[in-house]
Amino acid sequence: MEFRKLVIAAAAGTLLLAGQAAAQGTLRIGMTASDIPLTTGQTDQGGEGMRFLGYTAYDALINWDLSSAEKASDLVPGLASEWKVDAADKTKWVFKLRPGVKFHDGSAFDAAAVVWNLEKLLNQQAPQFDPRQSAQGRSRIPAVASYRAIDPSTVEITTKSPDATFPYQIAWIMMSSPAQWEKVGKNWDAFAKTPAGTGPWKIANFVPRERVELVPNPEYWDKKRVPKLERLVLVPLPEASARTAALRSGQVDWIEAPAPDAIDSLKKAGMQIVTNAYPHNWTWHLSRVDGSPWNDVRVRKAANLAVDREGIKELLGGMAIPAQGFFPPGHQWAGKPAFKLRHDVAEAKKLMTEAGFGPNKPLETKILIAPSGSGQMQPLPMNEFVQQNLADAWIKITFEVVDWNTLINIWRAGAKHESSRGATGMNYTYFIQDPFTGLIRHLQSSLQPPAGTNWGYYSDPEMDGLFDKVRNTFDAAEQTKVLQKIHEKYVDEALFLMVTHDVNPRAMSPKVKGFVQAQNWFQDFSPVFMAK
Amino acid sequence: MLQYLLRRFVYAIPIALGVSVVCFALVHISPGDPLASVLPPDASLEMQQIMRQVYGFDRPLPVQFGFWLWRALAGDLGVSIATGRPVAGEVWHAFGNTFMLAALAAAFGFSAGALLGLVAGYWRGGWIDRLASTLSIAGISVPHYWLGMVLAIVFSVQLNWLPATGAGPGGSADWTWDWAHVRFLVLPALTMSVIPLGIVARSVRALVGDILSQEFVDALRAKGLPESGIFLHILKNAAPTSLAVMGLQLGYLLGGSILIETVFAWPGTGFLLGNAILQRDLPLLQGTILVLAMFFVVLNLLVDVAQTWLDPRIKRA
Repeated sequence: MEFRKLVIAAAAGTLLLAGQAAAQGTLRIGMTASDIPLTTGQTDQGGEGMRFLGYTAYDALINWDLSSAEKASDLVPGLASEWKVDAADKTKWVFKLRPGVKFHDGSAFDAAAVVWNLEKLLNQQAPQFDPRQSAQGRSRIPAVASYRAIDPSTVEITTKSPDATFPYQIAWIMMSSPAQWEKVGKNWDAFAKTPAGTGPWKIANFVPRERVELVPNPEYWDKKRVPKLERLVLVPLPEASARTAALRSGQVDWIEAPAPDAIDSLKKAGMQIVTNAYPHNWTWHLSRVDGSPWNDVRVRKAANLAVDREGIKELLGGMAIPAQGFFPPGHQWAGKPAFKLRHDVAEAKKLMTEAGFGPNKPLETKILIAPSGSGQMQPLPMNEFVQQNLADAWIKITFEVVDWNTLINIWRAGAKHESSRGATGMNYTYFIQDPFTGLIRHLQSSLQPPAGTNWGYYSDPEMDGLFDKVRNTFDAAEQTKVLQKIHEKYVDEALFLMVTHDVNPRAMSPKVKGFVQAQNWFQDFSPVFMAK
Repeated sequence: MLQYLLRRFVYAIPIALGVSVVCFALVHISPGDPLASVLPPDASLEMQQIMRQVYGFDRPLPVQFGFWLWRALAGDLGVSIATGRPVAGEVWHAFGNTFMLAALAAAFGFSAGALLGLVAGYWRGGWIDRLASTLSIAGISVPHYWLGMVLAIVFSVQLNWLPATGAGPGGSADWTWDWAHVRFLVLPALTMSVIPLGIVARSVRALVGDILSQEFVDALRAKGLPESGIFLHILKNAAPTSLAVMGLQLGYLLGGSILIETVFAWPGTGFLLGNAILQRDLPLLQGTILVLAMFFVVLNLLVDVAQTWLDPRIKRA
């Protein structure tokens, strides 16, 4: 309590001194998470954790640009004002740190702090090693081999092999204050209660499992992103109907992911529904092990042509973007695939006939699905809809239903593993924000289980060559061209059953103003304010 | 009596041990990776092995159980995998919240249920009986998460009288017994009271009916005892069994309801348990189950003692 008062007093005092316009209101948000995500820096609870307690209270060396709703967001300088790869040795990256940045506890951010934070994730012998943050952060930076401070404002990070996607990896890593950790007795649990990062928000009050309150950091280094609100309150409300009731009764001002069937009534009650495309897709990941019917490109294309994507959009009350590829339409890496994902049952039947199937000889196969799960949208009705669509093209699907955590484990284990129960595909939705999570991890042959999550054991030297090229192309524009080429190959060879993209709906009270929904899993709460 | 208490207390030890073995084993047999809550889905196998080591899941199960039990005996239930906070603290805090809810729900459910049952049993077959029976069957049958949602829609969304979720304007950490906080209790407590209300009403009704048909009632009537006196006799005869039913129900209430606490985002043991299950947070799951099981044991003991005290015919050999 005392700390909370102190922080509020300090924040209010500085605000007055700075002579800024009065901050506007308190925004209360109902999250879908069942607990407050970790507050120590590297968050848990997936994309939602990073959205609410990562990029609010902390920064990475490289941040995501969350300022535009129109274009897909890309990387921008964060705590590093510039970075470049060594011209002679492409495994050496040099980061120039932004001068004058301070953590919330007043200590200075410098090269030693960067090294300290990498040790917190990667070095089990380091006193500040934190298993919980390591579990979240370590797998995000697989390329890192070593790191050192060259001088107080310069850090060098060496990768295991040349990797031009490294900036996307380092954008995951949040910088916590070493001085604050020392001050609270070198204890991460104590740090969790009184955390300090460099972000635009300070964590002021934290009641485990119930709520966390953030107040603006008026000294934030990016003056454009100093929050306009007085206070941001985050409440975990995992139950969709509870979130809707909380919004409608005025207990919160904003809810994440309202249930699709509640959207109409929320609109009628005067709530704003904000949506936008973001790097997410809803697909069937197809197995390519011997004997899988999906090894025939005609069958893969037929399935993609049989799906009525507009029908699915209607099923979801309009809350979906029909797929034109693996990435949402208009994404900078979409390119120009020749194969169009249209609804054409006649063409699908033609392809199936060529592949040796017919009305009396349908293709019968099994697909793994889960009845719920993070990002899975409405998996049961959607999968049944796709099942009916495919039946039109003589593809008879039976479902193997498992719970979400089991599906994740099967996804890690691979299509050949007995836990996959002979299924030739699984319904899995993907976070596709960067080259690795978006494209490489699904299909690189060296990432077949157990090394990675190429669940279907796809292997194509041409694709592997393209992935290598992405990692070795350090010019951004050139790299984009390679990524487009990869995506064209994804679509033209119908490597997945590509169905739809989520639109990330949020419902908010008419009083909430100034929010720009970026095409990203993360969002910026700094421009938001409450109308009087 | 003291000897009896002591013996019961000694019996509780193997029960507690049995409960901890069963809950440890069940949690470990059930599918799902205990590291699912801490690892991102695409963590590599190497990464999983490192984490397994860090959390001690690479050791044989009996060894893990031994460590866990040893620490549990000292009151240390370990640390939650997902949050890193001590399990004991989490469970006690949640139990405090559930206790408030259960106490209110029991106060309402038991008194209303006993009254309904008494009335229905005494005037068996009449319209009051039919009304009371309908109410109590409805109470048992209605899915309470559904009732919770309906109550929230009516009283929070439509009428805006009571809050729909949470435990107080600032969370349960700064709870005080004033209307600003207590109003958060009303809807979940009401929803929670419906089942014990139905069960208590039905048990009491049956008991009263049974007692009324016994010969001693005829004898009392023949003796010329006024109806109010007979009523008192019935009350006293029905009390021990009703108390046993209520004790069990109180146990269920104290266990918290995963569904109700989730619908109302009430930070009690049910909510905690639901979270622990969804996140495969084994230490939290084991700790919560153990504490709840121990409460059942203690509660049963208390009910037995109260029964003996109320009805001297029940001799506990």
